[in-house]
Formats: sequence, C-alpha cells, structure tokens
Amino acid sequence: MISVTGLTKTYGSVCAVNNISFEVAKGEIFGFLGPNGAGKTSTINIMTGLSRPDAGEIELAGIDVRRQPKKAQAIMGIVPDESNLYNEMDGFDNLCFCAALYGMPKSEREGKARRLLEQFRLDDTGKRPFKAFSKGMRRRLTIAAALIHSPQLLFLDEPTTGIDVESSRQIRDLIRELKRQGTTIFLTTHYIEEAERICDRIAFIARGQIVAAGTLPELMASVSHQHAIRFVTAGSTNTPAAELESQFPGSQVSIQADHSIVMTSKQRIPLLPVMKFLHNIGVEVHEARELTPSLEDVFVKLTGIQSSALTEPERKGSTR
Amino acid sequence: MKSWIAFWNILKKDVRNYYLKPPNISWGIIFPLSWTLMQLIRSPDGNILELLPGLIAMSILFGTTSMLAVTITFERSGRSFERLLLAPIHLSTMVLAKIAGTILFGTFNAFVPVIFAALFADLRAVNWGALLLTILLIALTSALTGLLIAVSAEQVFEAQTLANFFRFPMLFLCGLFVPIARLPLLLRPLSYCLPLSYGTDLLKGLLTRQNSLSPALCFGMLLFFAATLFLICRHRIQQKWIL
Repeated sequence: MISVTGLTKTYGSVCAVNNISFEVAKGEIFGFLGPNGAGKTSTINIMTGLSRPDAGEIELAGIDVRRQPKKAQAIMGIVPDESNLYNEMDGFDNLCFCAALYGMPKSEREGKARRLLEQFRLDDTGKRPFKAFSKGMRRRLTIAAALIHSPQLLFLDEPTTGIDVESSRQIRDLIRELKRQGTTIFLTTHYIEEAERICDRIAFIARGQIVAAGTLPELMASVSHQHAIRFVTAGSTNTPAAELESQFPGSQVSIQADHSIVMTSKQRIPLLPVMKFLHNIGVEVHEARELTPSLEDVFVKLTGIQSSALTEPERKGSTR
Repeated sequence: MKSWIAFWNILKKDVRNYYLKPPNISWGIIFPLSWTLMQLIRSPDGNILELLPGLIAMSILFGTTSMLAVTITFERSGRSFERLLLAPIHLSTMVLAKIAGTILFGTFNAFVPVIFAALFADLRAVNWGALLLTILLIALTSALTGLLIAVSAEQVFEAQTLANFFRFPMLFLCGLFVPIARLPLLLRPLSYCLPLSYGTDLLKGLLTRQNSLSPALCFGMLLFFAATLFLICRHRIQQKWIL
C-alpha cells in the first residue's frame, strides 16, 4: 500500500529526513516512533504532498505521489499533529466542509457527517463551535474529518498527544476498528506504549533515519540474544554463584541487591533442574520469571536515545 | 463536478466565516461611506460624479487587499489552510475559490459610494454592465494583489503592513488624485505598471467621460494583469506553501 524509497529532505542545513525506505502492507498499522524533531512530521508531510522531497520515491496504492499528488490525496485521510479545523464552525459544518473538499454531494456528506458525529460521540455538541470543544473532542473531530471520505489510507500524526486518558483510549479503539475495516494506517507517535499496543510493525526514527523496523517480536529479538531468568528468593542467602555456574555450564549468574538471582545463558535455561539445585543447597525460591526486554529497552539500545527524550518539548527548526 | 462542489463550498465557507461577520459588514459600509463624506465635506461644491471613480477604486482596493491577505494569513497561522492544500483539488480551483469571496466583498464595497451618489446625482447615463465589469476586474486584480501579499506574510500584522506598503503608493500613482499626465516623468512608467491605473481610467470614462486611455486597452490591460498575477500567485503558493 505504501512504498517509500530513499526519501531525503533537507531544510537549510538540517537534514530532516535522511534516505529512508520502508513499505507498509494493506490493512496494516505502521508506527513511526521517535522523539520530537526526529523527522516524523517531515516524512508525513512529504508522503501527503504537503512538502517536496529532495530525493526519493513515494508510491501510495500504486500512485506516484510526486507526479500525481492530487490523485494520491483523494485516497488518503490526514490527521495533522494539531487539530486544525475551522474554529467558527460547529462539528457538523466542519465535517460537511471537509467532505465537500473531496467532492461529495450534499446529501451524502450530511449523512456521513451525522454518522461520524455519532460514532465519535460528538453528536451532542449541537451548534457549539470547534473553538469551544475540549482538546479530546477537537482531536476526535479532526480524526472524523479525516475519515469523512472513507479513505483507504489514514495518516495520523501524534493522534493522542496532549489529550486525556479516556480520549486516548477511545482513539486507540477507533484505530483498531479502522484496521478491522481494512484501512491502512500510518501513525507517528513518541509514546512507546502506544506504538507497542496498536502497531503491527514499528520503525524507530532518530535524526531523520530509520534505525530499526519490524514487528514487536522482531525488534525484541534484534537486541535480545540471551535468555535470562530471575529467581526471587526468600530473604538473605549466601547463594554460591560460582557453584551455579559450574553446575550449569554456559550460564552467568549474578546476585542482585534484593538477593534475587539473575541467570543468563545463550541457551534456554532448564527451570526445574535449577530450582532443584537451589532447593538442595537450601535456597528457597518464591518466584521464577523470564526476563524479556521492553520496547523501551530496545528503543534505547538501538537508537542510543534515552526514552525520556521522547517526551521532551519539540525543538523548532528541524521540521517544518 | 467534484471541483465545482469544492469551489462552491470554499466560497460559501469564506463568505459565512469572514465576509458576513458583523464587523466586516459594518467596515465594508462605513469605510466607503466615510471616504465619500470626507470628500464631500472637503469640497462641498464638488460634483460627486467626479469623486465617484476615486471612491469606488479606493473602496475596492482597501476591501479586497485587506480581507484576502488577513483571512489567508489567519488560516495559515491556525493551519486550517493546510486542509485546502491537502484536498484533492487543483491549486487553481482553490485560488479561484479564495479570491471569489473577496471579489464579492470588494464589489459590495464599491457599490456603497455608488448608492450614496445616486441620492445626489443623476446616474441614468451610466452603462451599468460596463461599470459592473470594471468593478469586478478591479476587484479581481486587487484580490490577487492581496493574495500575493498573503503568500509573503507569516503573520496577520505583517500582511496588514505589507498591504499598506503596496496600497498607498498605488493610490497616489494610479491617477486618482493627480492625473498620470501631470505626474513627474520618472513616475509615469510606474503608474502604467499598476492595474489600478487602468481601472481608474475606465471608471472615469464611465462616470465622467474623462478617460485618457482607450477603454479596450484598459480592459485588455486589466485582463493581462489578472492573468499574470494569477500565475504568479499560483507559482508562489507552490514554492512557498508546498515546501
């Protein structure tokens, strides 16, 4: 559905997008995860025809965006990082206006607008102007506006940034529902949990480059070459780490401050023999848990960027 | 058909959201009316018909350039203008829709002094068809000048400042206050580079028969300016707003 090859964009001396390539399959939710200024919005702007690339090719459903931007725009819905509907107009008029931009006839656009207002639980807003909506309501209406012409492809730029937990949850549910209906979704976010929860595949973007891309298990596997098990023990024990290591060759054992034992090995660790051994030497085990890296660990390891940087305020200038 | 739906709805939205707002309607009436009264007070014995070309031209120029420059800059700062750039409609359709509302507003402004003058002077000899066409052409070129200003400005106040930078020299150079023939030799070529000079001459011809150029030439030049400004605006939008 989306094919991007060698995309590059420079603003002055800043390379916002640096030779990135990726593909998104039909009906997939593809997430672009990166800190502010990483090049997420610049990439969306180029893909939607709002910005011209310096180099590279973009095809959306077989349409060359550089050559036929208007044809491509007809099949896409766009939710920008700011809710940008018309402040003076109410929800219904805003949706009808957006539908008219796609050439929908009056009766069709009015029916669709009513259905969307209902679906997004905004049907009780009446004649209230957009400027009087709460942040969450504004975001929901902006997403509804992007769906008014039933696009095959939806671009969501930071859809849940700055809104309340309930609205975020509703938006995530809606994204999943759209996927079920066959819509392809390209989503940018700086929330790791959001990418983890809803994306089929994730690309880490940092300093304009894609550092890694894949499904969640693929990304995890790319950094996790070892198996690790943590044994929570009862109180203070003098666990013989060296003895454990000699008993189970190839394994490394470390004793944590809370007296739990972390055992790592390139091979799978046989749980029962270890437990038996510990029992025999008088170590009481309360819990054994396999340690897997979180997406946050993977992100930090692959990009070298601390996860706290993901939520730092945007540095203006590197993107539009 | 799809382009027409988009065109009509952009125009309707602009008229509702901007031009039909009470402050703009009152401004559209008060501004031309104040100019008219000011001129009448200054020269009470003056023939209102002789003042009318200038009053019409100023009303259109100030109405159109201000409104388009401000509304577009306002939509750009709120990013709602991106919706139009991202819609599957041709850039020319969008530009035409945006200027159509301003042309209507400018035409409305132009007829305020005309209606006022009708109370004091006999306007039966006026060719109304030609007058309307002239007003529309002046409004079109002024609206496109406003659009050119909007493309160059980032903020609403910048747009206003830039608009004044263009408007006031235009008023003094277009032959409204001083006939072009009496302007310093160095300034005359500049006057003939302004669409308003041809519009003013047409208005003078239609209202007082005191035109100095051929009406056909003036219509031709206004059309030429409209086409050129339209192409420049479209090119500038592509260059500046589609980065």
